[in-house]
Amino acid sequence: MKIHEYQGKNIFKSYGIPIQDGYVIEEIEDASSTIKKVQKEFNSDAVVVKAQIHAGGRGKGGGVKYSPTAEEALTNATNMLGMNLVTHQTGPEGQKVRKVYITEALDIKNEYYCAITLDRAKTKDVFMVSSEGGVEIEKVAAETPEKIIKVWIDPLVGMKSFQARKLAFGLGLTGTPFKTAVKVFMKLYECYQGTDASLVEINPLILSEDDRVIALDSKFNFDDNAIYRHPDISDLRDKNEEDPTEVEASEYDLNYIKLDGNVGCMVNGAGLAMATMDIIKLAGGEPANFLDVGGAASAESVKNGFKIILSDEHVKAILINIFGGIVRCDRVANGVIQAVKELGLKVPVVVRLEGTNAEEAKTILSESGLAIIPANDMKDAAQKVVSAALKD
Amino acid sequence: MSILVNKNSRVAVQGITGSEGTFHATQMLEYGTNVVAGVTPGKGGQTVLNGKVPVFNSVEEARIETNANVSIIFVPPPFAAEAIIEASEAGIELVVCITEGVPVQDMVKAKRIIDQNNTRLVGPNCPGIITVDECKLGIMPGFICQKGNIGVVSKSGTLTYEAIGQLVNVGLGQTTAIGIGGDPIIGTTMIDVFALFENDPDTAGVVMIGEIGGQMENEAARWAKENMTKPIVGFIAGQTAPPGRRMGHAGAIVSGGDDTAEAKMRILTENGIAVCESVADIGEKMNKALNN
Repeated sequence: MKIHEYQGKNIFKSYGIPIQDGYVIEEIEDASSTIKKVQKEFNSDAVVVKAQIHAGGRGKGGGVKYSPTAEEALTNATNMLGMNLVTHQTGPEGQKVRKVYITEALDIKNEYYCAITLDRAKTKDVFMVSSEGGVEIEKVAAETPEKIIKVWIDPLVGMKSFQARKLAFGLGLTGTPFKTAVKVFMKLYECYQGTDASLVEINPLILSEDDRVIALDSKFNFDDNAIYRHPDISDLRDKNEEDPTEVEASEYDLNYIKLDGNVGCMVNGAGLAMATMDIIKLAGGEPANFLDVGGAASAESVKNGFKIILSDEHVKAILINIFGGIVRCDRVANGVIQAVKELGLKVPVVVRLEGTNAEEAKTILSESGLAIIPANDMKDAAQKVVSAALKD
Repeated sequence: MSILVNKNSRVAVQGITGSEGTFHATQMLEYGTNVVAGVTPGKGGQTVLNGKVPVFNSVEEARIETNANVSIIFVPPPFAAEAIIEASEAGIELVVCITEGVPVQDMVKAKRIIDQNNTRLVGPNCPGIITVDECKLGIMPGFICQKGNIGVVSKSGTLTYEAIGQLVNVGLGQTTAIGIGGDPIIGTTMIDVFALFENDPDTAGVVMIGEIGGQMENEAARWAKENMTKPIVGFIAGQTAPPGRRMGHAGAIVSGGDDTAEAKMRILTENGIAVCESVADIGEKMNKALNN
């Protein structure tokens, strides 16, 4: 799960990490009073107006505006609220801005990058900092890896001061900023652990002209498996930021990701679902989605899966690929028939059922009188569904 | 011969009175697995599965009373990591955790304990292990397998069944098939399984099924180049997966670098593994590899 910048900063604040502070508005009527409040409370004439969407790269897309006066801030907020912000992470259609964050403006002496995530291979957390803040860290990692300083932290022991000192020294800090940075790093690790985050990132963390160390941004990814222990974080979910079909699918307990192609697919199991998408591509088609109905597919989940796939109007044909291990294929076949009868057969459907009771399932489908195209194996299924999609 | 489990494995089922546990314990018994005990705290003293299996309050008790040396876990995600630790502390040699959705931080702790105690863990979030015609320790459908000389190791569930089906189609049976799980933190890795298959005289070739995310397949391929004499056929799922999106498994996300399907396929090939572009080619490729 992801959250907005301002929500992440509020979490930072609760862990004692200094932030560039401000207030969020959703209605433009609240802009003037909020701008005044920020100017007064943080003693700064200039403010920064920041679009709140989950995608990164907001600055380059025009979603972050330094505003020296209240008038300019109001103009920027007016333009931003409701705009479709396009960044390299949103795709060409962009993401609608529903919330704008108005923050204090700070004089920046230096910008740093800082992040914590799990190093799977070492079974430890890795804490990374770089003096190349505010830019794309992937680029730094690829071109000048020596500019990224890393320490590995044993989660059972927690972060130790020498590790935080190594990071702060690595950034070339001295004096008060050094001491502050060490504290901030320790608190950030505490925050990462305490929230069951899988990634926490500050880009940039800044040193202000008056030598304060402050988080100018926040990015969190949370471990979905652990979200049950954090109802407060779970409440921060903003469904507006997610694809509406994906939200609907998650309500049915289906794992759906929309893609750009026109061959819909419904599969049991994530690995087999990926392999099915791959074989569709090899057969000359483009998958329209990833859809895992779960290892134990039921008639109900098949029906819901159908609904979800058909809501994508680009879909020209559907492939159902179920390897019945524990689940019985005849039940899946009945689910397919039920779904087709209820929802109608708007596009050709190719069905491949393998495993327990596969023969009975084939009989059920062929005797149903529905125009379902049976397939013998994955290769056959992929070829049939791709040629059906092309015919249309 | 085979790896990890055989007809002599004495199995305790943790969470045997839950619906998943009961269902799969029954299936395992029917396959011929030697299920000797169940564990559910508070239900010790009962017997389940038509009186065939005694239930104990703790893994330790189950081990002492029945000499169980293997356990399989079907407990809900919030308690699964603790179940692993309990089994390890009780002296169980091999623990298979089927549970999906275990928090990463819990797994990091469990992993440390099993490493200290030298317990072998398979999973979590995996379909388990099957040694054909001897022991089914997990949720894999036994009937799709056929006894033979190919070892299968996979990060996936149903895709493993598909791979087994592709092998059977060309007349190749299996020694042992093992699903290691697709989570970021798991017990047994591909390298561990490669080493076991290399030392198993009955295994002539190995199929590895990987996917996007992480470096495990790459590390296994590099290790295999130095240490494996048996032919390996590989498949990586997720050639069409977009970067930054988690594809079902908690570990299946392309975060940049060598964890794309394309990069992994290249690294596997460079290290002498016969890579299939399509999952439908696994059987044919293995036949060819064995005849070379």
